[in-house]
Amino acid sequence: MDDPLLRLEDVTKDYGERIVTRVLHGISFTLSPGEFTALIGPSGSGKSTLLHLLGLLDRPTSGRILLRGGDTGELGQRALGRLRGRTIGFVFQFHHLLPAFTAVENVMMPILADRGRADDEMRGHAVGLLERVGLADRMHNRVTDLSGGQQQRVAVARALSMTPALVLADEPTGNLDTESGDQVFALLRQFNREQGTAFLIVTHDPRLAARCDRIIELVDGRITSDRTGGDGQWNSASDRRDGRCGD
Amino acid sequence: MPFEWIVAIRYLREGRVQSLLILSGVAVGVGVIVFLSALISGLQVSLIDRTLGTQAHIVLRRADEMPRPLLERDGPVAVTAHVERPAQRLRSILQWQQVLDSVERMPGVVALTPTVTGSAFARKGTANRAVLIRGVDPAGFLRIIDVGSKITAGRFDITGTDAVVGSELAAALGLTVGDKIRLSAPDDRSEVFTIRGIFDIGNKDANERWVFVSLRSGQTLLDLIGGVSTIEVKVADIFSAESIAQGLSARTGLEADSWMKTNTQLLVGLRSQNSSSYMIQLFVIIAVALGIASVLVVSVVQKSREIGILKAMGTPTRRIIRVFLIEGALVGLVGSVLGVALGAGLSLFFASLAKNPDGSPTFPVDLNLALFLRASIIATITGIVAAAAPAHRAARLDPVEVIRYG
Ligand SMILES: Nc1ncnc2c1ncn2[C@@H]1O[C@H](COP(=O)(O)OP(=O)(O)O)[C@@H](O)[C@H]1O
Ligand SMILES: [Mg+2]
Repeated sequence: MDDPLLRLEDVTKDYGERIVTRVLHGISFTLSPGEFTALIGPSGSGKSTLLHLLGLLDRPTSGRILLRGGDTGELGQRALGRLRGRTIGFVFQFHHLLPAFTAVENVMMPILADRGRADDEMRGHAVGLLERVGLADRMHNRVTDLSGGQQQRVAVARALSMTPALVLADEPTGNLDTESGDQVFALLRQFNREQGTAFLIVTHDPRLAARCDRIIELVDGRITSDRTGGDGQWNSASDRRDGRCGD
Repeated sequence: MPFEWIVAIRYLREGRVQSLLILSGVAVGVGVIVFLSALISGLQVSLIDRTLGTQAHIVLRRADEMPRPLLERDGPVAVTAHVERPAQRLRSILQWQQVLDSVERMPGVVALTPTVTGSAFARKGTANRAVLIRGVDPAGFLRIIDVGSKITAGRFDITGTDAVVGSELAAALGLTVGDKIRLSAPDDRSEVFTIRGIFDIGNKDANERWVFVSLRSGQTLLDLIGGVSTIEVKVADIFSAESIAQGLSARTGLEADSWMKTNTQLLVGLRSQNSSSYMIQLFVIIAVALGIASVLVVSVVQKSREIGILKAMGTPTRRIIRVFLIEGALVGLVGSVLGVALGAGLSLFFASLAKNPDGSPTFPVDLNLALFLRASIIATITGIVAAAAPAHRAARLDPVEVIRYG
């Protein structure tokens, strides 16, 4: 059987010390390599919380999160950070770029932070990514000089700069107009197709969710539905490329 | 360039106003330290120079030449540094030629000269003054005390029956170069000398009382044929004079007085001046450190969003800590370079304000590379230390908080 990229086993998350609120209740599912998944659900249902757990930014209250079969709960903070940097990319609703740096510097930043030193190969890689997201001419602009859509495209390029196996996107189009949002979504799909990167995209937009391979719905911290989306062609990772959804 | 440096430099350039403020703070602090140190050490150097301008670093004499008459007297006894020995008690250092050899071999000794020193009277016409005969070998003595450059009239020439006197004595007796005076020892030996030069070495007592004659004339006049009363020594490091003096005393059995022993008051003064200067510097450093720390703490708070993003991207905590330590170090270093310029400029300006009649500054300043390096190193270390708390604050930031609410 397919080796899952990520597996959640009965994951719960509580907040609060004296008054404990359970935000996630026994979540279990797996993500396969190259899967293009939408995570939907009403506001406050726990989508962001789940994404932070998957992204190894936070630890579950109970349950296990296995990345390529390895239990991440056994890793120290440092190893977790390293693993996160190398396997997972993030795109957030508010782009979260570094305003003091140019577009190309932002895209280079994850590799730079990992290796410690910049080199020409890194720069070339970042330039290539920016060309792919259509920002070749905006490369050396401060990110603060870019439009919202352009900023989000820089964020997509940055999320992909370490060639991660999984990209987590929290409402990546939530702050954009429809046209820019569609552009960004199309980019995610394109990288998924070309590089086999798995995506988990939180979205409120049913139109976008429908264009994903799989749709997981979260209500009040519980998975209420987990179905194939869009054209309904997706069955397993192996025939992913044949699925004609998303365009 | 490493990640940490890129980010640190970019953040410093980004926070322009903050960086300028903090740099000015460091610069002013370092400027104060440099100015204060330059002024204090300048004053100290000139005080010591003045003291050592009329005094050998170490004076060796016979141990049994204690000033007994003074000590045997009843009542309060004043023993001063320059106790005068009665002439009849003046006795030579035994085998002084061998002693010279042995002193010369002492490490740290750079020059030495034998002298004959004793009381006498100088008479011109009816005027009469008590003086101190200094029978010296000119070449050797001028290496110990540089009277040669302090001559105000004539030359330092003491061959045969030539003599050189101080300006105060010359004024009191109405002497000019070429005049003759009669020098008489207490036992009534006397000799007529011709004045060849008049000196002013900046010490009233010496200008009033010292009369330089040749070693041979001094020996004849003071009834010490073939002998010397003192050996005067110059050492390389003036502050090791006392320990060298003790070594010489042990080696030769002579009494050895260093300038440090005869100027205890001065040294105590210098030392307390140093400690108050260190106190001031310490408080300045603390103020600078608090300034750097508070600006960096604010910058960590302002940048918490970006720090969170960096952490979410997998940036190791140690790299984030280093970013802030580098910021602190850079602020300290760059600020100290500005501060050194400020302090040096201020010192030179201050020194140029007031001049002595001879053109030398009233407030001499001592600016040297060691002071600049010390100030810069202290400021850089202060910057790093001050950045430690903000850096750890940054390291503890939880990226989830930042991403969720940032
Ligand atoms: N740090 C926290 N402390 C307490 N409650 C929290 C915290 N973070 C999130 N929550 C709560 O968890 C629930 C889920 O939030 P979230 O994951 O942001 O939902 P979604 O992204 O689906 O809108 C919300 O009710 C929210 O108030
Ligand atoms: Mg959310």
